[in-house]
Amino acid sequence: MTEIVYQLRNLAKEYAGRRVLDIDFLDIYRGEVLAIVGPSGSGKSTLLQLLNFLESPCQGTITFNGEVYHSARLPSLEVRRRVTTVFQRPLLLNRTVWQNVFYGLALRNSPEREQRARQALNQVGMLDAAHQGALSLSGGEGQRVSLARAIALQPQVLLLDEPTANLDPYNIRKIEDIIKDLNRDQQVTMVVVTHNIFQARRLAQRVAFLMEGKLIEVASNPAFFESPQDARTAAFVAGDMVY
Amino acid sequence: MITDFSEIITLSLRVSGIALFFSTLLGLPIGALIGLYRFPGRKLVVALLYTGMGFPPVVIGLLVYLLLSRSGPLGSLGLPWLPELFTPGAMIIAQTIISFPMVAGFTMAAILAIDPQLRQQIRSLGASEWQIAMTLLSEVRLGVIVSIVAGFGSIISEVGAVMLVGGNIAGRTRVMTTAIVLETRKGNFDLALALGAVLLGLTFLANLIMLRLQGKVLD
Repeated sequence: MTEIVYQLRNLAKEYAGRRVLDIDFLDIYRGEVLAIVGPSGSGKSTLLQLLNFLESPCQGTITFNGEVYHSARLPSLEVRRRVTTVFQRPLLLNRTVWQNVFYGLALRNSPEREQRARQALNQVGMLDAAHQGALSLSGGEGQRVSLARAIALQPQVLLLDEPTANLDPYNIRKIEDIIKDLNRDQQVTMVVVTHNIFQARRLAQRVAFLMEGKLIEVASNPAFFESPQDARTAAFVAGDMVY
Repeated sequence: MITDFSEIITLSLRVSGIALFFSTLLGLPIGALIGLYRFPGRKLVVALLYTGMGFPPVVIGLLVYLLLSRSGPLGSLGLPWLPELFTPGAMIIAQTIISFPMVAGFTMAAILAIDPQLRQQIRSLGASEWQIAMTLLSEVRLGVIVSIVAGFGSIISEVGAVMLVGGNIAGRTRVMTTAIVLETRKGNFDLALALGAVLLGLTFLANLIMLRLQGKVLD
């Protein structure tokens, strides 16, 4: 039986009294790539923030590796360090590329951190730029460094928030290949938030459709695209949803 | 004459240097705290800080004068560690109060200008609260240096407060600005101009450093 990494139960998040996320039930399995799709403002990024424990829920529980967390019981730093996020923008520090990739490893005092940083940069094809200032990189290069910074940490769960939005086809392809390799070779559990249903189809084993903070449908790929059960999912997949 | 001249410059740099040390010691962590964290009364603290940045130095001099004078609330206590009026110590207190809001305010502004998502990214990479604060401070390191240089600029050329609490006593509390006032009144324009040139050179240097650093930030 497939091991469950996350169990979300009756999970809700509010900002200024407005409920932006309200998920009754969602399980995420070890080693899978789960794509979260949905219109803008549907709560996709909020869900990632909760999964990374960057925000705490106002209601409900997140069970991570069998431990139950909620608003009054947040995970320790050590537990939090098993998960990391690659955001839509690279969000690099004003340091060299190398120092950016080294940053998270140095926080953890990780063994073999030089080697891991080098490997990660090599994996994204940015080793030659190691001594460049990170803020001087193009958007695509910056996003690859951001990805290297995350994979160098060898996280149990990698969360990706629109990782290829606004990138050129070359960099989109490059990043998608890295994501696929990571999942295949290291069985890293991944949750990818994307607007792009074609990307979800290329990357994910399962797809979840989120709308107005609610989980409308979760299904395996390609069933999600070929035989959606909910009319709203069907409209979204067909590109007919107006929002 | 030359000895007087160098004494005045040395005392100016010593008083302003020590005042800057204390205002950085206080202003940097306070500015960082206000920039980094939300807490009740934060808006009021920010408003007070901005008021402090625009507060007339001579009024600060007056308040320090009243506080330290023998009949004042602090002076009357006779605390042995508290500087008396008309000493470099009193001038350091006044200059610390003048430059503190500059250091704290500019540090706060530098931190507030950071992309809020960067903080989430740093946290997501596994940083503790302390590591997040240190990383963000390091991100705005040039802004922090600019805040210190601005603090220095606000006190090295200040005259009203040091005149009030220092008294412009030759060999004891006479600094460049107060000496310029005195020498001009006496008609010693050569000395006044020479001191003016040194002061101008120092403030120019401070601004040059600040502009270069700001240029680096903008580049």
